Amino acid sequence: MRHIDHKNVVKRMGSRMILNKTFKAIFFMATLFALLSLAILFYRIVSQGIGFISIDFFTNFGSRIPENAGIVAALVGSLWMMAVIAPVSLILGVGSAIYLEEYAKKNKLNDFIRMNIANLAGVPSVVFGLLGLTIFVRALALGNSILAAGFTMSLLILPVIIVASQEAIRAVPKELREASYGMGATKWQTISKVVLPSAIPGILTGGILALSRAIGETAPLVVIGIPVIIQFLPDNLLSQFTALPMQIFDWAKRPQEAFQSVAAAGIIVLMMFLLIMNSIAVVIRNKFQKRY
Amino acid sequence: MATSEQTEKLSIQQMIEEQRGKKAKKRIEKSIPIILFLIASISVLTTFGIVFTLIFETIEFFQRVPFLDFIFGKEWLPFSNKEPLFGILPLIAGTLKVTAIAVVVAVPFGLASAVYLSEYASDNTRRIIKPILEVLAGVPTIVYGFFALTFVTPLLQQFIPDLKIFNALSPGIVVGIMILPMIASLSEDAMTSVPNSIRDGALALGATKLEVAVKVVLPAALSGIMASIVLAVSRAIGETMIVSLAGGSTPRFDLDMTDSIQTMTAYIVQVSTGDAGFGTTIYYSIYAVGFTLFLFTLLMNWLAHAISKRFREEY
Repeated sequence: MRHIDHKNVVKRMGSRMILNKTFKAIFFMATLFALLSLAILFYRIVSQGIGFISIDFFTNFGSRIPENAGIVAALVGSLWMMAVIAPVSLILGVGSAIYLEEYAKKNKLNDFIRMNIANLAGVPSVVFGLLGLTIFVRALALGNSILAAGFTMSLLILPVIIVASQEAIRAVPKELREASYGMGATKWQTISKVVLPSAIPGILTGGILALSRAIGETAPLVVIGIPVIIQFLPDNLLSQFTALPMQIFDWAKRPQEAFQSVAAAGIIVLMMFLLIMNSIAVVIRNKFQKRY
Repeated sequence: MATSEQTEKLSIQQMIEEQRGKKAKKRIEKSIPIILFLIASISVLTTFGIVFTLIFETIEFFQRVPFLDFIFGKEWLPFSNKEPLFGILPLIAGTLKVTAIAVVVAVPFGLASAVYLSEYASDNTRRIIKPILEVLAGVPTIVYGFFALTFVTPLLQQFIPDLKIFNALSPGIVVGIMILPMIASLSEDAMTSVPNSIRDGALALGATKLEVAVKVVLPAALSGIMASIVLAVSRAIGETMIVSLAGGSTPRFDLDMTDSIQTMTAYIVQVSTGDAGFGTTIYYSIYAVGFTLFLFTLLMNWLAHAISKRFREEY
């Protein structure tokens, strides 16, 4: 007795295979949609903005006349802001990660800290702007300075850096730690001389990616009131300044057609900036990451 | 004997020295965890800072505007000289319109990409496509906003002549493109964590790849997929620059997708770029709106957490 009717199976098989093939094509097209939108986005921005990229664009300050508009104030301002964000967010992020991975015992308080970091990662950036406006700009009276913006951005990317550093620290194998303890090293010696050095590539990669997010973020800067028209370069941490995304936002909002191209040129500069940072992160990951 | 006594003395001295060194060492060992704990509590302080500033300034706002007018009011006219109205429903309507369009764009495309990457694609294809999705996720939102305003809106206007320059449709679609990589990569993670033995079992019974994907892998990965969608929705609700640039600044309480809108985030940006002075009702209103926004996203994040915890399948 045959349990499977061969003819019946063959008859249905064809349509099932066709369905499979059709859906494979549909799924592939859907994936292409994302790639295509990225390609169009890059093409549009480059073709629109490349004409405005010139030496003058990098050396001029903002201007009412599109042809004279330049990005130097924003570029230098973004670099200054980075100089605040990088140390602050790395110290806070790596410190928290070491505590959570190496010292924190499993109790309610530490569970609360963990849950809190996960929740903080989901808070919209514009709300961080409100925090910065109230605490740094007004309560601590830093004004709309580099320091106030840098602190706000540091807090914004803090959860990302903590999670990346935690993963990097967790990836250091137990054997290394045990060998260090076996040689008579104390806990802090083990952490500072064994765990951290082998986790640093991972931490740096995560840190640079988080930093590049902070550089492209606009909303908190708008909320804390970073000005757009700045005709001088900042000279200390309490100076007023403007940043790349802020400048682009201002150009994009203007009604004149020509400013759209200036905005596109600004976006090219911003994207190149991010591209360089991401490449550094990839190089660090590939070159220094050890596999255990 | 004398020499041995000398060495003994020396060693005692050394021991004292060592002991002294140990004390300093002990002090370091003891203080490090405390310092690190203080650093780790900064993230908690940040949360408290956010919650308290939002609550205090919102209370200040509610002393000027009645609470019920705020949550049930259907008109948002803060800049009116005669009688400013602060009913948040139009702003929520704007936010929900954009979010709904974004979900309609991102969920089908995101899930299809996830299925393709986890079930069909070869390793080589995956190695090419995944980094591109990461790039898409790393594009700053201001760039997306510019793209929506200068490319997507004019493109849509060719098909929908009634479409205004500022509308809900264009930023909605672009926010969808922005959250697509998030859904794709989180859902793909959920699907790849379904063990191969289950797939092999279904394939051995004669199922096609499509049947495996739809009837076996999708149900098994459902909690992860749902969580990824909810997280993406939360991101869409909080998205600011795309809607500020391409959505306009006309709060309206209706279902019109083709006309200018205003979302909660765009209102905060509008006030911040304007010249509403410190201490005015308008100034406090951004905190009330920010608080509402914060509650929305918090709810979504908790929901995502609860889904992935409650329905997680362990293999």
